[in-house]
Amino acid sequence: MEYFLQQLINGVTLGAIYGLIAIGYTMVYGIIGMINFAHGEIFMIGAFISLISFLILGPSGGAMVPIALLVVLLIAMSLTAVYGWALERIAYRPLRGSPRLAALISAIGMSIILQNYVQLSQGARVKTLQPVIEGGFQLMKAGNFTVVLSYMQIIIVVVTVSLMAVFWTVITKTALGRAQRACEQDRTMAALLGIDVDRTISITFILGAALAAVAGMMVTLYYGVIDFYVGFLAGIKAFTADVLGGIGSIPGAMLGGLLIGLIEAFWSGYFSIEYKDVAAFSILVLVLVFRPSGLLGRPEVEKV
Amino acid sequence: MSEVMLQLSGIDAFYGRIQALRGVSLDVAPGEIVSLIGANGAGKTTLLMTVCGEPRAATGQILFDGNDITQTPTHEIARAGIAHSPEGRRIFPRMTVQENLLMGSVANPGANQADAFERVFNLFPRLKERRSQRGGTLSGGEQQMLAIARALMSNPKLLLLDEPSLGLAPMIVSQIFQAIKRLNEQEGMTVFLVEQNAYHALRLAHRGFVMVNGVITLTGTGSELLGNAEVQEAYLEGAVKKVADA
Repeated sequence: MEYFLQQLINGVTLGAIYGLIAIGYTMVYGIIGMINFAHGEIFMIGAFISLISFLILGPSGGAMVPIALLVVLLIAMSLTAVYGWALERIAYRPLRGSPRLAALISAIGMSIILQNYVQLSQGARVKTLQPVIEGGFQLMKAGNFTVVLSYMQIIIVVVTVSLMAVFWTVITKTALGRAQRACEQDRTMAALLGIDVDRTISITFILGAALAAVAGMMVTLYYGVIDFYVGFLAGIKAFTADVLGGIGSIPGAMLGGLLIGLIEAFWSGYFSIEYKDVAAFSILVLVLVFRPSGLLGRPEVEKV
Repeated sequence: MSEVMLQLSGIDAFYGRIQALRGVSLDVAPGEIVSLIGANGAGKTTLLMTVCGEPRAATGQILFDGNDITQTPTHEIARAGIAHSPEGRRIFPRMTVQENLLMGSVANPGANQADAFERVFNLFPRLKERRSQRGGTLSGGEQQMLAIARALMSNPKLLLLDEPSLGLAPMIVSQIFQAIKRLNEQEGMTVFLVEQNAYHALRLAHRGFVMVNGVITLTGTGSELLGNAEVQEAYLEGAVKKVADA
């Protein structure tokens, strides 16, 4: 029971991070119908920007930690957003209207470029960050096993849930969100109504990148270890979360992220940590076989 | 305001590799209802879409209120005051009626939204009842009303209407045509209407144009065209018989 609870806590934390990355994929898919294969690298860039910001702010630690966290969060979100914007400008906009394969390949190209850019500028070695936030609550004790809910895990879940709530409000309640949904449903009609479609797509990439940056910062803080390659696996996991939840659906991305996090945590906890990725991807295969549109996805055919 | 609101001169346009419009010239004056009639595939819809820059005119010039909009981005054309109720209605299916209407007011951020809502609910009371229903669940007639209402939300100078009667029951068709007439008579709304239902369209119009294979072949006042033997034979067979029978 105690062990189960611990894995649940770990799984929810991990799931929150996947969910944040997954939203970026699903939003871009929703609006331009393409998978942004460089999104994992945007997350990695966010992680590096956070790490560098922490190292610069580092000496001021102590009582300043909450302020430092906030400053790093804002720096990471805004700088990573610039990368997201540039990615769309360079790899997607010039190819609008060309076959989907072209944009797919240019996205993969951007992913390779970003990885190599970070490898060259930051070095290939693993980067570490001293724990910024330590400690936590001891929830339960059974024999020599203690269930710990760390402060970091609380921060991750609280930040993620509140960001998702803000984000959900933006999408469902504001003019910007309506414009995004309109572009998603009928881009030509949106333009006929005065929506600047290019601008709306740019904003989508910017928002997705900012959320990925938050995920990057959380990973940096949580694990304290990153390298130029972290975006690859995290990206594929988040993409799996999207497909599981139903690609194009934002609640689906959140749910899918959570499920992938839980599957990984429980699999590593009860079976074997080496095969946790296999478990996550096997679930993906099963979902695709039995429910191809995902858990919360919309079937392709719909009555209009 | 100039004497001519919309002026097209020598427009060629392509749909893929097919030339859909050949040297089309026409004009719409403020306060007018102008109808463009023609068979299916004649290029009527392409003409309306070309006014909005989708597709772009390959040659020729489009003037709106004296400004050249031939190369203006589509969303800026909408913001200049041209509202479009397009072929197939193109309601956002996963947005509510209310949200669809709010999308209509994007083109004119300065307009009073409350007034705009009141105006369209006045014109189509049915939409008020359906306010929180998703666009995709409306009936065809309701969707058509919504498409026109959405276009009106920005209080446009020029309303482009593409086949508002398509696929609708005769009673709904006459309701919609009455609404268009009311808009024009009471508010002086300028309307450029594209229709296959030539009888209704020409009765409503001050002036009309006939299009065949991407070329304007005939023009005249609505009643002139209604009385024209060629038009009667090609587009009005059923309708004229109905009139004769009555």
